[in-house]
Amino acid sequence: MGERRLLRGNEAIAESAIRAGCQCYFAYPITPQGELVEYMARHMPRLGRTFIQAESEVAAINMVYGAAGAGVRTMTSSSSPGISLKQEGISYLAGSNLPAVIVNVVRGGPGLGNIAPSQCDYFQAVKGGGHGDYHMIVLGPSTVPEAGELTMLAFDLADRYRTPVMILADGLLGQMMEPVELPEPIDVSQLPPKPWAATGARGREPNIILSFDLGPENLKKMNLDLQAKYDLIRKHEVRYEETQTADAEIIVVAYGTIARIAKTAIDMARAEGIRAGLFRPITLWPYPYDALRAVADRVKTVLTVEMSAGQMWEDVRLAVAERAKTPFYGEMGGIVPTPKGILSEVKKHAR
Amino acid sequence: MERSVVIAGFGGQGVILAGKILAQAGMSHGLEVTWLPSYGPEMRGGTANCTVILSDRTIGSPIVDNPTAVIALNLPSLDKFEPTVAPKGILVVNGSLIGRKVERTDVQAHVVPINEIATKVGNSRTVNMVALGAYVKATGAVPLEVVKRTMAEAMREGGKEKLVELNERALDAGYAALP
Repeated sequence: MGERRLLRGNEAIAESAIRAGCQCYFAYPITPQGELVEYMARHMPRLGRTFIQAESEVAAINMVYGAAGAGVRTMTSSSSPGISLKQEGISYLAGSNLPAVIVNVVRGGPGLGNIAPSQCDYFQAVKGGGHGDYHMIVLGPSTVPEAGELTMLAFDLADRYRTPVMILADGLLGQMMEPVELPEPIDVSQLPPKPWAATGARGREPNIILSFDLGPENLKKMNLDLQAKYDLIRKHEVRYEETQTADAEIIVVAYGTIARIAKTAIDMARAEGIRAGLFRPITLWPYPYDALRAVADRVKTVLTVEMSAGQMWEDVRLAVAERAKTPFYGEMGGIVPTPKGILSEVKKHAR
Repeated sequence: MERSVVIAGFGGQGVILAGKILAQAGMSHGLEVTWLPSYGPEMRGGTANCTVILSDRTIGSPIVDNPTAVIALNLPSLDKFEPTVAPKGILVVNGSLIGRKVERTDVQAHVVPINEIATKVGNSRTVNMVALGAYVKATGAVPLEVVKRTMAEAMREGGKEKLVELNERALDAGYAALP
């Protein structure tokens, strides 16, 4: 530790991926995550690693599939419309039990939308944007340093559970700069071996990697195995942060960029004598239902704030299960709620 | 203490770079910092701006409703951001390009002929550094020497060693323009 650098979110993710031992990176450029592609283009070849600007997002995710199957740490990144194009590949990765990291620096949607910050891809990320009964682990960084930390973690979780992991950021986090204390690069030779990988079958039985079985009984078993894995992830990998919730009468639930803006709003509310707190999911899948329910038991109001029409709000209401009031404040189209905007909602609902 | 500044002007006036240098200088000075650009269509021909926060504690929101300072390098920027400055905040106004008076009476306004000073320094493209020098004098947010050192490093990294001396003079001139 110790090396402190002023980086954009996009650059912190890229540099952390490199330090996490990402061997192959494939992407097609799109705003607002262009700097991530640029950073990888500049640094990966110099390190003797693979950077390919693919001919399309579809190509990039399938290159990730290939590299993951070969057993190396691999990543792709894009923004909303580009991530939509990758959904088939993500489903295949999940079905084939392949570890990979996918970064979505979310922009305004639907369709071509715009390039401003948004959280409108939450459903797609956590409820399965592709086909089939699958999940990805979805991590929602709130600051630039955390974007770096969660990228390192994403590679570990991907390998540990042999699953795709998504970093769900937004355009604001991708573009803003903040000091980042970078960790030492990991030694990839010390990573656990991947005996399942397609590394050449000389001297051993072939490894077969696929997400296909014509026999319903076999495919059922494959699905049950996946579900067992998801249960394990739900049990061990839920992450969240609570701020000033102990004595709170109202809490804001927010993730990513909005969570840090809400933190300021909560300080402002406290200064006005309102006992406000913040609950911040860090894993968006698996969602911290139990922890949020425990907080909801102690407060009157659970206010969800998002840059969407109320996507995470559904999970909040599932967690709270009518133990408290669950109002919602959202902005769309690239409008970012400001501290004052959130404060006025907190004041409105704290009464 | 938390200081926030919005630096705004035409695309090409160097507001993004000025903000980066201020943020980097703040970090070198041991502060917590955030730098947030406006990005997208407004960067292309219209007004560009960035928000820098310098704080001695962890920074929550990188977006501020009411910055403690605004540097307005052109009229659209003054029109847009004058109403947002926090009471008792600081307004650095480019008098060379802005004909109108500052309307707020509850802020400390400094009207500086930034373009004239930059031209006198030797290059009209140093307006951003003149403005930054004036901001540093007005706020004392970061020592001028730290800003100069940071600027020099940034120029060297960008292969623009020969611009260091010019930009140092611009920072000095902006700093000297305020009482």
